[in-house]
Amino acid sequence: MTTLDVPVRNITGDIDKPRGGALAALVRHSVALARRSLIKTIRTPEALIDVTLQPVIFLALFTYLFGGAIAGGDRSAYLQFLLPGLLAQSLSMGSIALGQNLNADIEKGVFDRFRSLPVARSAPLVGAVAADVVRYITLTVVMLGFGMLMGFRVQTGFLPTIAALGLAIAFGLSFGWISVWVGMMVRTSGAVQGVMFLLVFPLGFGSNVFVATDTLPGWLQAFVHVNPITPLVATIRGLLIGGPVANHLLLTLAWMAGLLIVFVPLALRAYNRRA
Amino acid sequence: MSDLVVRAEGLRKRFGKTQALDGVDLAMRRGTVLGVLGPNGAGKTTAVRVLATLLRPDEGYAEVAGIDVLKEPARVRRRIGLTGQYASVDEDLTGTQNLVLIGQLLDLPTRDARKRAAELLEWFDLAEAAGRPAKTYSGGMRRRLDLAASLVGHPEVIFLDEPTTGLDPAKREDMWGVVRNQVAQGASVLLTTQYLEEADALADEIVVVNHGRVIAHDDPDGLKRRVGGLTLRVRPADAARVPEVIRVLDAVAAPGTNASSDTAAGARPGAVSVPVKDDLALDVVVPALRRAGVEVVDLGLHLPSLDEVFHSLTDDGDPTASAKEDELV
Repeated sequence: MTTLDVPVRNITGDIDKPRGGALAALVRHSVALARRSLIKTIRTPEALIDVTLQPVIFLALFTYLFGGAIAGGDRSAYLQFLLPGLLAQSLSMGSIALGQNLNADIEKGVFDRFRSLPVARSAPLVGAVAADVVRYITLTVVMLGFGMLMGFRVQTGFLPTIAALGLAIAFGLSFGWISVWVGMMVRTSGAVQGVMFLLVFPLGFGSNVFVATDTLPGWLQAFVHVNPITPLVATIRGLLIGGPVANHLLLTLAWMAGLLIVFVPLALRAYNRRA
Repeated sequence: MSDLVVRAEGLRKRFGKTQALDGVDLAMRRGTVLGVLGPNGAGKTTAVRVLATLLRPDEGYAEVAGIDVLKEPARVRRRIGLTGQYASVDEDLTGTQNLVLIGQLLDLPTRDARKRAAELLEWFDLAEAAGRPAKTYSGGMRRRLDLAASLVGHPEVIFLDEPTTGLDPAKREDMWGVVRNQVAQGASVLLTTQYLEEADALADEIVVVNHGRVIAHDDPDGLKRRVGGLTLRVRPADAARVPEVIRVLDAVAAPGTNASSDTAAGARPGAVSVPVKDDLALDVVVPALRRAGVEVVDLGLHLPSLDEVFHSLTDDGDPTASAKEDELV
């Protein structure tokens, strides 16, 4: 090592006040931490499989596997029906990695360093969730692009399409807080995946994603109607291929608000208790 | 302002069945190094985590830089640097990205954060590796990056939790140099260690912890006096000359002691040990052995081992008894 001196701080001014106030600091720190998550994502491209390859495979698989049987042999009609739903299902599955990564960070001790810094306790979590926007954008673009190659056609227009994708991404960010909470509660990142699958599978399949709800037995219809994925799928379908939107949209927004109100405080509390 | 930069009273913390801290008092004077010495599971890490605001104690009071750790943790965090027991650098980020991130989280403008990162990477001999992800670093490089990360904010108080565990001796001395440099610049350093040698080399005062309790607080000399001090050990090439060696070493024996051939269990026969006051004994012994024409294959000064420290400070003296519990704390 060289003998260059690294002087200790000359304390000038008030070092106790974050630059620009607490809220500005939270935003700034969350952005810095989101950037960290993005760098990690770019360094490990295989971490994007769940938002690129997997939804594409699902789309092709379900269209050609079920399309003939479900939509009376009309695969292209089934693709029109399936893609908006599969987009919502893929988003909920894409949120699993968020909780896994946070869990791994805590296990490795990286978060100890953040917690010893004058950073709002919520910043590491907010940053991680914010970084997931990039993954969800990737997912929606890949899915819609590949769907169009397979023959999917938007029936509405540019703005409704943007609105549909934006809503899907926003829903993913709200839903992601469940994953954050689970990531704080369970011990290993493998367990995060296990618990989240238990949640995501019934929500994804017990919905209007794959088949029309009125073909289902009554008890399952009841579940589909209280499933937050259902109004989201209905809204995205309406925005992409036409149909009523307003009521579904309101219900979706209510669900998103509900998820945030419940799971953000739960996740923060679990984070503070951990370690 | 108080002369004490770290002060803790009656800290208690329980994890399940383990009483990790059982009434710990600590005091560190400004501008000094406090060594917290103890075996695995003694509670060292738990104490550091409490002082660094990562963990709330069940009971007790602690202040760092004159600020109540429990009441105003945010103000404490602006004044401390922490390097944990396991290098907590982000493996996917480069050295520069790791340090710039810390700088940004410390509210440095990005330009200053970059400057500070470059300065520290240079200082820690990591400039060449600055653009590589930390996962490509060797263990020693990671430790240095981790230590650099704790210095980004020019902290007043630096907590180092076993900073040299697992490092080879040369790297260990580099770390010691960093600690001394920071103290020379006015910082105060609290470091935990399992090595008496390390505490002796760096610390102005040493706190010995075992089973969540402080069992001794003294300066290194005082501690050594209590546990028997230095031992000079000489092994002649020819075992037949042991009696001559004993005569030479007797001349430098600490008051009230004398030289004896090693009989400790496991020791190879043919060596002679003597308790000595300090390393001046070497100046006497080496020429005397040469004059006597005794060829020597091994000659060295030894501090009492951590085991010996515990044997003399505690009745049970079993430093490994609670090793398993450390996984939790």
